[in-house]
Amino acid sequence: MTTIIVETMPKAELLDPQGKAVAGALARLGTSTFASVRIGKRFEIVVDGPVDDAVLAEVRTVAEEILSNSVIEDVVGIHVVEAAV
Amino acid sequence: MATRVGVITFPGSLDDRDAQRAVRIAGAEPVALWHGSHDLEGVDALILPGGFSYGDYLRCGAIASLSPIMTEVVAAANSGMPVLGICNGFQMLTEAHLLEGGLIRNDHGSFICRDQVLRVENTDTSWTRDFEAGENITIPLKNGEGGFIASDETLDRLEGEGRVVFRYVDVNPNGSLRDIAGISNERGNVVGLMPHPEHAVEPGFGPDTDVAMRSGVDGLAFFTSVIERTLASV
Amino acid sequence: MTTTPSTPTVPVLDTVENAAATPEKEQPYAALGLKPDEYQSIRDILGRRPTSGELAMYSVMWSEHCSYKSSKNYLRQFGQKVSPAMKKNLMVGMGENAGVVDVGEGWAVTFKIESHNHPSYIEPFQGAATGVGGIVRDIISMGARPVAVMDALRFGAIDHPDTARVVHGVVSGISFYGNCLGLPNIGGETWFDSVYQANPLVNALAVGVLRHEDLHLANARGVGNKVVLFGARTGGDGIGGASILASDTFAEGGPTKRPAVQVGDPFAEKVLIECCLELYRGELVEGIQDLGAAGISCATSELASNGDGGMHITLDNVLLRDPSLNAEEILMSESQERMMAVVHPDKLEGFLAVTSKWDVETSVLGEVTDTGRLIIEWQGGVIVDVDPRTVAVDGPVYDRPVAYPTWIDALQADSASALPRSSDGPALRAQLLQLMGSANLADASWITSQYDKYVLGNTALSYPDDAGMVRVDEESGLGFSVATDANGRYCQLDPRQGARLALAEAYRNVAASGAVPVAISDCLNFGSPENPEVMWQFSEAVTGLADGCLELEIPVTGGNVSFYNQTGDVPIHPTPVVAVLGVIDDVARRIPSGWQDEGHNIYLLGTTREELDGSAWADVVHGHLGGLPPQVDLAGEKRLGELLRAAAVEGLIDSAHDLSDGGLGVALSESVLRFGLGARVWLGDIIERDGIDAATALFSESAGRVIVTVPREDDVKFRGLCDGRDYPVLRIGVTDAELGALEVQDAFSVSIDELRTTNRAPLADAFGPVVGY
Repeated sequence: MTTIIVETMPKAELLDPQGKAVAGALARLGTSTFASVRIGKRFEIVVDGPVDDAVLAEVRTVAEEILSNSVIEDVVGIHVVEAAV
Repeated sequence: MATRVGVITFPGSLDDRDAQRAVRIAGAEPVALWHGSHDLEGVDALILPGGFSYGDYLRCGAIASLSPIMTEVVAAANSGMPVLGICNGFQMLTEAHLLEGGLIRNDHGSFICRDQVLRVENTDTSWTRDFEAGENITIPLKNGEGGFIASDETLDRLEGEGRVVFRYVDVNPNGSLRDIAGISNERGNVVGLMPHPEHAVEPGFGPDTDVAMRSGVDGLAFFTSVIERTLASV
Repeated sequence: MTTTPSTPTVPVLDTVENAAATPEKEQPYAALGLKPDEYQSIRDILGRRPTSGELAMYSVMWSEHCSYKSSKNYLRQFGQKVSPAMKKNLMVGMGENAGVVDVGEGWAVTFKIESHNHPSYIEPFQGAATGVGGIVRDIISMGARPVAVMDALRFGAIDHPDTARVVHGVVSGISFYGNCLGLPNIGGETWFDSVYQANPLVNALAVGVLRHEDLHLANARGVGNKVVLFGARTGGDGIGGASILASDTFAEGGPTKRPAVQVGDPFAEKVLIECCLELYRGELVEGIQDLGAAGISCATSELASNGDGGMHITLDNVLLRDPSLNAEEILMSESQERMMAVVHPDKLEGFLAVTSKWDVETSVLGEVTDTGRLIIEWQGGVIVDVDPRTVAVDGPVYDRPVAYPTWIDALQADSASALPRSSDGPALRAQLLQLMGSANLADASWITSQYDKYVLGNTALSYPDDAGMVRVDEESGLGFSVATDANGRYCQLDPRQGARLALAEAYRNVAASGAVPVAISDCLNFGSPENPEVMWQFSEAVTGLADGCLELEIPVTGGNVSFYNQTGDVPIHPTPVVAVLGVIDDVARRIPSGWQDEGHNIYLLGTTREELDGSAWADVVHGHLGGLPPQVDLAGEKRLGELLRAAAVEGLIDSAHDLSDGGLGVALSESVLRFGLGARVWLGDIIERDGIDAATALFSESAGRVIVTVPREDDVKFRGLCDGRDYPVLRIGVTDAELGALEVQDAFSVSIDELRTTNRAPLADAFGPVVGY
């Protein structure tokens, strides 16, 4: 079994209210080191069989069409992290 | 024959029975439709109601927009059938690309329930012809993710083509760009908005007005508009 | 990581057989919260040591929370102090998941209030969310459709650094869960007081409606009927305690420590609601029991106890979210959004068709028997073989020591009457604004605007009106009304009187909305029952409440007790939250808590005495708590209720607002703010008739009082009604649309804007702005 990680983020140019809220909280807590916070999503997709180009292509399609909404989000990463023992 | 308006129930739909009641009060016949079916049962118009379909866990309306019945909804919308998306229904219509833009978490971060004033910007859609142009109406708004966003180019186009149907007045309750509360497609048969017209149709259960508490029925014209529209097209 | 080569320890399954063969094995009963004598009585009941599975079941079911072992002796009063009139409309009384009341026209209403205090302090968001989820499942298990929620909240001091964390978490948790379930939140109450600092109270109330014929009771009847678990999968939620057992059973390599909190999934619950209602409609179930505290342990033992007495299930059939769970953990898991149904074998197919339509996972665990034994198998062995009644019904009962508090005489002697009172207009004005700008009297819109009040389309009244009201029948307009109340300060001064005052106020709120009070649910929040002074407070409060209910002739239909609410050794103020349910023939005749029309007369019903002890005025203006709470005349409250109802039926009054915290001054201000319409008021007649001063007239908290507005044309009729019913009435003012203020003649005037700004400030300053304010 292999796990494929898909990461999505709100589009850089759009408001990210959740990230903004966290950044505000950090500032209130007296942390001044961080310039901003943005919050995205991480999906862990487990694949039963071997991961080949066809599987990766399928993951990319799913990531772009279902896991993210291209109007408001970008897929920022797809990577295979864990190979089966 | 009475106009038949389908109201689709998805797992997690909440205001579906309220939309049915609004249709009935307006004088049409509500038809309960199920997300898992491929049958629109010959209805004349469609409503995608509010709620938290599938918990809105992926993105609001995202999973519902992939439901079996959405194939027929998209086809019907493209062939001119009036479709109204309210709140979660609006989110589904954007996820299904029947309407442009997207909806994100309110800028203040919290769910908000309030009586909201809207200006009717376009009375030339299937769902707004019974309003006066520029009229201010008050209907409930209740959402956690109602911030309307789109690229500047899209926003310019929506405004240029008169497809901004409703704008928030006095208070922008969720950070929607250009105070946009609701939009339509190019043909004007598909309309989506975040506020809830179905909760302002019955005296005693709507927003407070200057005359009496909970007497606001400004939402009724949505549903009477579509009756006229479908009768006119017969 | 290094791997040590070792022979893996194969845990011995602690079966009944194994338990009998190893009587000397030490068991961690103390760590599970059982006392030595409780453990011994389990051994006596079984005639052997319990298996670890049985120990898990007994320990959770015999906990204070599930067994009511410290409160049972007192709660009996609710069943004993009952008149025939109180039973008349009661379809299901105490002891079931929720009480059910006949409201007429073939309709019934079920409601219950329940605490989720401790989880809401540890993890405020999930604690409060799952509190809503739990009470809603109780309502479903009666066969009803849930139609409204409400909550009574108590937080620490508004300016304490930790309070905002708890408030944000609790409010967003309730908002998230309730809104996502599609249930309107129709009201409730919120208090801030440092006594709740490390122990907030989250009492959630839910109401459901059903046709008489849809009533279901959760019991396992019918030998051979299937026992089915459905809903969410079972995971390691809320079983911190079970890990003790796990580490005992599995010497090493056991599961990691489990979280003590539960995580809620409102979407799963919404689907479960629709699924259960469809199962009831299709007559596919005999009964459904919700899984709450103590999970499968509770559901199986209660269903069996309430039915034919036996059940045989195989625990391996439970669908798991986490396959590493062991039997004890499965028995104790408090995973949310699960239900257990009893299904006739012929209907199982239909049952499964409905659950699969709603994508609800289902597994058949076993069946109902008449053996009188609850038998649970796991991995081929019998790990539980008990009489279910010994688990669920015949738990320990304690007559805990009771002691009259050493401090209470001194507290009661320290009356607020010694505090300076001014009759000077500007001073009274300043004090009124101080009250309106205090945390407990502040506008709660910061909270309520995060709740959906519109969904389902039947909400006739909600915050800020005195009670929440919901239409039940769309044709006739039949509806119900609910209000909750509890004044912890009064209860600290005198718990018996305080409980009666809570009852009187909730009753009055419901009456002021135009409904007839018919039933009560209560949530009794107290400190540790092992503290004899707390037990005294509890005993006084329960007695006061039970006597009060008998006097008012409305029954208590259910509720719960929450003990161990304290910060360190300091108990909270006794907080018996009383929820009163009322019925109204037609919600079109409901009455709001403020006026909207110009030129209507304002009447004060009831008498004002010098009762400032424990008042908001004493608290806010003087930082004082002492003396004796206001008197309560429940017969008078009943007459007042009947008077209000008669006036509502004849359409003589168009607003009614009960006088409680902050007295007349605050009630007038709130009524002005309700629709933003001013009023001119004079105090002279009250001062003269009742022999009091101006400050007392404005701030006394005497019970039995309501302000109403009456259109001029109905004046004569209204006065006649009051005279006929011999209730004190005084015209004290007139509504005025031009004034834009609350004007108290010869004393002061406050503009509506100033009242509003002052009233909105406390919550906004502490927690953030409200949209549009």
